[in-house]
Amino acid sequence: MANRRRFWILIAIVLGVAVLTAGLTALLVNIFEHKQEARNPFYRVVELTDETVDPAVWGKNFPLQYDGYKRTVDQVRTRYGGSEAVPRTPTNADPRSVVAQSRLEEDPRLKTMWAGYAFSVDFREERGHAYMLSDQEFTERQHFAKQPGTCIHCHASVYVPYKRAGGGDLIKGFEKLNQMTYFEARKLVTHPVACIDCHDPQTMQLRVTRPGFIEGIRAVKGANYDVNRDATRQEMRAFVCGQCHVEYYFKGPEKRLTYPWFKGLKADEILSYYEETGFKDWQHAITGAPVLKAQHPEFEMWNQGIHARSGVACADCHMPYTRVGALKISDHHVRSPVLNLNNACQTCHKWPEEELKNRIETIQSRTSEMRGVAMDALVALINDIQRAKTAGATDAQLAPARQFQRKAQFLLDFIEAENSMGFHAPQEAARVLVHSVDYSRKGQEALRTAR
Amino acid sequence: MKSAFLITAAVLLGIAGGLGVFTFGYAKGASYLGHDPAACANCHVMQAHYDDWRHSSHRSVAGCNDCHTPPGLIPKYAVKAKNGFWHSFYFTTGRFHEPIQITPSNRAVTEKACRNCHASIVQAIDPIPAHRPSDALSCIRCHSTVGHMR
Repeated sequence: MANRRRFWILIAIVLGVAVLTAGLTALLVNIFEHKQEARNPFYRVVELTDETVDPAVWGKNFPLQYDGYKRTVDQVRTRYGGSEAVPRTPTNADPRSVVAQSRLEEDPRLKTMWAGYAFSVDFREERGHAYMLSDQEFTERQHFAKQPGTCIHCHASVYVPYKRAGGGDLIKGFEKLNQMTYFEARKLVTHPVACIDCHDPQTMQLRVTRPGFIEGIRAVKGANYDVNRDATRQEMRAFVCGQCHVEYYFKGPEKRLTYPWFKGLKADEILSYYEETGFKDWQHAITGAPVLKAQHPEFEMWNQGIHARSGVACADCHMPYTRVGALKISDHHVRSPVLNLNNACQTCHKWPEEELKNRIETIQSRTSEMRGVAMDALVALINDIQRAKTAGATDAQLAPARQFQRKAQFLLDFIEAENSMGFHAPQEAARVLVHSVDYSRKGQEALRTAR
Repeated sequence: MKSAFLITAAVLLGIAGGLGVFTFGYAKGASYLGHDPAACANCHVMQAHYDDWRHSSHRSVAGCNDCHTPPGLIPKYAVKAKNGFWHSFYFTTGRFHEPIQITPSNRAVTEKACRNCHASIVQAIDPIPAHRPSDALSCIRCHSTVGHMR
């Protein structure tokens, strides 16, 4: 009897100890794994050179960053941005089976603003980095007008192709591709923006590889400024994005990509540079005004905002640090911070996600409202000029109103094209829009006095 | 028979005990009982807080324990045990909010620590503090970055 009881106690101890040791071993292994992660392992499984364009090769050394990079295929809407996956039937000319929603259908006033320009034919919400090359290649804008090779500067990984075309000289290759047609240049590139466009393959340090920015930033910083030598690490975390997310134009017959920052980074300073050079993107089909198209000036607008003032770079919110196991990496899934509020905002702003989202959307809906008012004012001016034209007004009589249309339109488009709906610099966006409305008003006034 | 039973039981418990001691040592368990702020960054989740603290105005006058545990041996180790358990639990399971957030009870501990060291100036500002300091008069509402950035 006693033996039997002893036997069961022994069994109970064995079981108890077994559970305990199993738990302890599991914990030990877990601690071991965390310690391994924390050692920040970097396994060089492939050799990266200044010629390695393919991000998949870089991804073998940096799988976590590559994993995030690949996720830029996601299409998620935010209230005022992001993109929606719209299915389409692929054709031979355009094999895309999914595109983003058309902005022209969302706001037909854009067609009036861009009448006579390629953007009035096809303009969709921007998608993630993964789509930059195919969306440019297959947009209907390509059929509307012959695009220059310059466009490839920001829609493909151009660092290696530029260097090859220039016989080792980046700038020479840049000049060469600028003068090709788009489809000639397209043949020389394979990937959308890739690791090598922002990283040094030996040290992984950030670097600027786009000639447009290397030259453009000198207008802001000084003639001898070498961005890769003189910029701080934190500056580089914005500059690598500013390589492309900027306003630009194609200068002269050689179509040299130029960032118009010679008088400053603000919308009206850029406009006054265009006024001085007399540059125009196209002649407006309805009014005949020599008009300008603004393009995604995120870098310029961010520069006017409180985040830039406080030293917060693009990467801080669009590629915030994220923890993978016990390892901290910057999130290479570049996207709207609204989709990643906890990592992007809560690191500095201790408020619930819902509150932060409301703050952002308050700024954006106010800007959106102002943008709508400015758009109505511009369309009213365009209609008035058209009416005066059909009534027989001469070019000399229309000239002042056309100049006001050019100004109003550029300032409005500056906010319209900017991908934050005012968030990057709310008051600056309001200031620019109020000037736009004022120019539309002055244009209508000019028509009255010309009569 | 009886001694065989005892030996078996002792061996089993010894194995479990040995494994436990090794795990404790391997996880630098003893460091959590001490006062060295580096221990708080053992698992790297608070690495940024630790790095910031080393650059902060408080680095030469107050370590992690001075602001994040209450004074007195028993309250101090009670708070250490509670936080130690939950930190290990959440770090092991990996399910926790990021960026990490302080709990209300730990916030109260820190608030008291501010008021304790800076008593002479706090008395002039808030002479009759509420039993639980309200958010409106919380020190870290304004001085949120004195110890470390958030």
